Amino acid sequence: MAERATLEELVRLQGERVRGLKQQKASAEQIEEEVAKLLKLKAQLGPDEGKQKFVLKTPKGTRDYSPRQMAIREKVFDVIISCFKRHGAEVIDTPVFELKETLTGKYGEDSKLIYDLKDQGGELLSLRYDLTVPFARYLAMNKLTNIKRYHIAKVYRRDNPAMTRGRYREFYQCDFDIAGQFDPMIPDAECLKIMCEILSSLQIGDFLVKVNDRRILDGMFAICGVPDSKFRTICSSVDKLDKVSWEEVKNEMVGEKGLTPEVADHIGDYVQQHGGVSLVEQLLQDPKLSQNKQALEGLEDLKLLFEYLTLFGIADKISFDLSLARGLDYYTGVIYEAVLLQTPVRPGEEPLGVGSVAAGGRYDGLVGMFDPKGRKVPCVGLSIGVERIFSIVEQRLEAELLYKKNPKLLNQLQYCEEAGIPLVAIIGEQELKDGVIKLRSVASREEVDVRREDLVEEIKRRTSPALCIC
Amino acid sequence: MAERATLEELVRLQGERVRGLKQQKASAEQIEEEVAKLLKLKAQLGPDEGKQKFVLKTPKETLTGKYGEDSKLIYDLKDQGGELLSLRYDLTVPFARYLAMNKLTNIKRYHIAKVYRRDNPAMTRGRYREFYQCDFDIAGQFDPMIPDAECLKIMCEILSSLQIGDFLVKVNDRRILDGMFAICGVPDSKFRTICSSVDKLDKVSWEEVKNEMVGEKGLTPEVADHIGDYVQQHGGVSLVEQLLQDPKLSQNKQALEGLEDLKLLFEYLTLFGIADKISFDLSLARGLDYYTGVIYEAVLLQTPVRPGEEPLGVGSVAAGGRYDGLVGMFDPKGRKVPCVGLSIGVERIFSIVEQRLEALEEKVRTTETQVLVASAQKRLLEERLKLVSELWDAGIKAELLYKKNPKLLNQLQYCEEAGIPLVAIIGEQELKDGVIKLRSVASREEVDVRREDLVEEIKRRTSPALCIC
Repeated sequence: MAERATLEELVRLQGERVRGLKQQKASAEQIEEEVAKLLKLKAQLGPDEGKQKFVLKTPKGTRDYSPRQMAIREKVFDVIISCFKRHGAEVIDTPVFELKETLTGKYGEDSKLIYDLKDQGGELLSLRYDLTVPFARYLAMNKLTNIKRYHIAKVYRRDNPAMTRGRYREFYQCDFDIAGQFDPMIPDAECLKIMCEILSSLQIGDFLVKVNDRRILDGMFAICGVPDSKFRTICSSVDKLDKVSWEEVKNEMVGEKGLTPEVADHIGDYVQQHGGVSLVEQLLQDPKLSQNKQALEGLEDLKLLFEYLTLFGIADKISFDLSLARGLDYYTGVIYEAVLLQTPVRPGEEPLGVGSVAAGGRYDGLVGMFDPKGRKVPCVGLSIGVERIFSIVEQRLEAELLYKKNPKLLNQLQYCEEAGIPLVAIIGEQELKDGVIKLRSVASREEVDVRREDLVEEIKRRTSPALCIC
Repeated sequence: MAERATLEELVRLQGERVRGLKQQKASAEQIEEEVAKLLKLKAQLGPDEGKQKFVLKTPKETLTGKYGEDSKLIYDLKDQGGELLSLRYDLTVPFARYLAMNKLTNIKRYHIAKVYRRDNPAMTRGRYREFYQCDFDIAGQFDPMIPDAECLKIMCEILSSLQIGDFLVKVNDRRILDGMFAICGVPDSKFRTICSSVDKLDKVSWEEVKNEMVGEKGLTPEVADHIGDYVQQHGGVSLVEQLLQDPKLSQNKQALEGLEDLKLLFEYLTLFGIADKISFDLSLARGLDYYTGVIYEAVLLQTPVRPGEEPLGVGSVAAGGRYDGLVGMFDPKGRKVPCVGLSIGVERIFSIVEQRLEALEEKVRTTETQVLVASAQKRLLEERLKLVSELWDAGIKAELLYKKNPKLLNQLQYCEEAGIPLVAIIGEQELKDGVIKLRSVASREEVDVRREDLVEEIKRRTSPALCIC
């Protein structure tokens, strides 16, 4: 083992010696002599060794998309983009990197997960971490006061794969946002309508959209006696209620985060509740909660939201859930998260634990952080968790010219079956004389002679989406 | 110069020595001693030297061999303790890596994505550091020239469909170029540099090119003239046949292969109906080192000039060729996968189309909304929300203003600005009568439509075939 290592090192050193001599334009005989020595050493290592080893892989946490994965991806994006367009959204694109200073201070603890570019003498750059901060930068930079836009692009996070299994470092985000000062809750309601339309169209199973409000959460914590400084950390405990029991959450809040059991219980009375608009009305009657100005604002807005959601025909898919405390610091109003209700199980197949497939909320203070004068532009939006959706769809699922001059007909038919091509236009010598092409359905194996001038029309007819009679 | 080279070599050898000691788990003191020596050597070289550079997880030599001098334009990511990474410079090298990694022997694929180059804007005006590439490639061992012909057919289809003006596709072959240089007496070592001189013939005169070859690149005038006899020629398949009869060229094995392949190519291009757009041009010597066979480049023939407008100098809008040796550079066993492909210069095409639209003062719609749901009176938000939701559920592209009581005029203005062709106006009386007023924004004509017929009526008016908004 040590001998081999020594031998490899000698090969390397000798290789460098040869390269050095060539660079210095040493005499041909000298070079030849050293090359001969190199080849003898390499021969001792054995065949196929001594060649520099290429490490053929994509960087950690990234992957190539194969044609099959791309086909799935394209179908999923088609559904999502049609929905965005149906609601009148424009589309923008931004560079993959931003000035480092643009991203600084926006992501809290997650800042350490940002990819930086090497300092090569110019501006200091970082790869974008999400699409929301670039959006806010775009609005402030162009002094826009209102826009309805979607943006589908990859973002970059240096997650540690050991800790977060299945998480990629490069992945798609699929955002839709409405920026602007409008009458309350109409754009917020449209965001939820969009989310429901997309998740229904994708046909990945039944889903539920949980809704809450940052002001209700803050107000609730205040009246329960949570100190201001503990708001964020208690939020993250409460958020775990969708995965663990109340007992566990209470233990964490009391044992690790320093709340008294009474305060914890008081929180528990609220956060274990979920329901429809009747819960909103019930809490509006709650003596303590309705005294808190913030919570009251939040509850009034949710009441209005439910009215609009009913008119949009989706109220039955929405659940006001007081334990929803997810996400980034920049939410200021309504927050929402869509979860799949039943993991799509086929006989013999592993059940999928998927969780959240879309989320969003209102964030009125972000653009103001970029604007030199601090001008605020209120925003509300949503993000579709496409990577999760890709894996769900992937798990569910399992006219051309061959570049050979004289291919066998059987090979060509087999090619069609494998690629899912529905029709074959077969050219034969007799048919050429008769001026027809044999059109064959791969699925039914039925063949019919079609006049050459009618072929295009016939193919279009058979492959039109409405009929699809291949 | 020689001293620096020696110093660099010593640094490399010492670096290997340190690595070797670490691998053999030598004693810490011994390693430390050798590391100290290494650092002293590096210090003599100057700052930022001596670091090994890995690009895309392959040895530096491999990529340097592809991008040559352009390697310095690659964006590196900061070393944050993990793998050393760089942003992709094109889509061809990732494609070759993908083929080798997955041990694929054939595929026909396109890839549209952004690539990254640290161009110096001062030197290359209008060049972006982040821009789209739009590649199509056919990899695999097939009967000759059929995929090559299809690539050219694709290029012609795309450029015709884009309607950016007349174009011409120049075609040549690396083997014909190499053979031609050989018989003209160009030394092997000067091939690449003479290629780049010859390639300038589309922009400058033969005189200038000849002067550069003789004055700067050391060719004799006789050799240069000999080259000139060939490279100023261009034509159709008849030129191919003429050169096949050329006594000198047809004796060169490489050139002969190239000419035979081009002859076959022209036969296929004729069957594809595009031979009239193709020009066999001996001065086409473009591009990257990795082309091994046919090479082609599409240029726009006339710059689209409108009265009063500056003419566009655009040049090449698409290019490509055959590159049989690239994948083999990635495969551990050196297995070759022949490839042929093309790249569409979309950024150029974007600016041409943008300039055209501006000149024609054509409005570009940024949304596809078909109808705005509006109200003429107050307190009709609920009805608007109900109706717009019905339209969305029926697949109609619709919007509403996010105001409880918007003025009709503002709603109509919104439609004009956004190019929305129809307005569905809700009014109290109409609600009682069970109808919606459907208004054409362009003609201002209004008609009452029964609510249950509204979806159908909107679809009829906005269908592409009719488009009678």
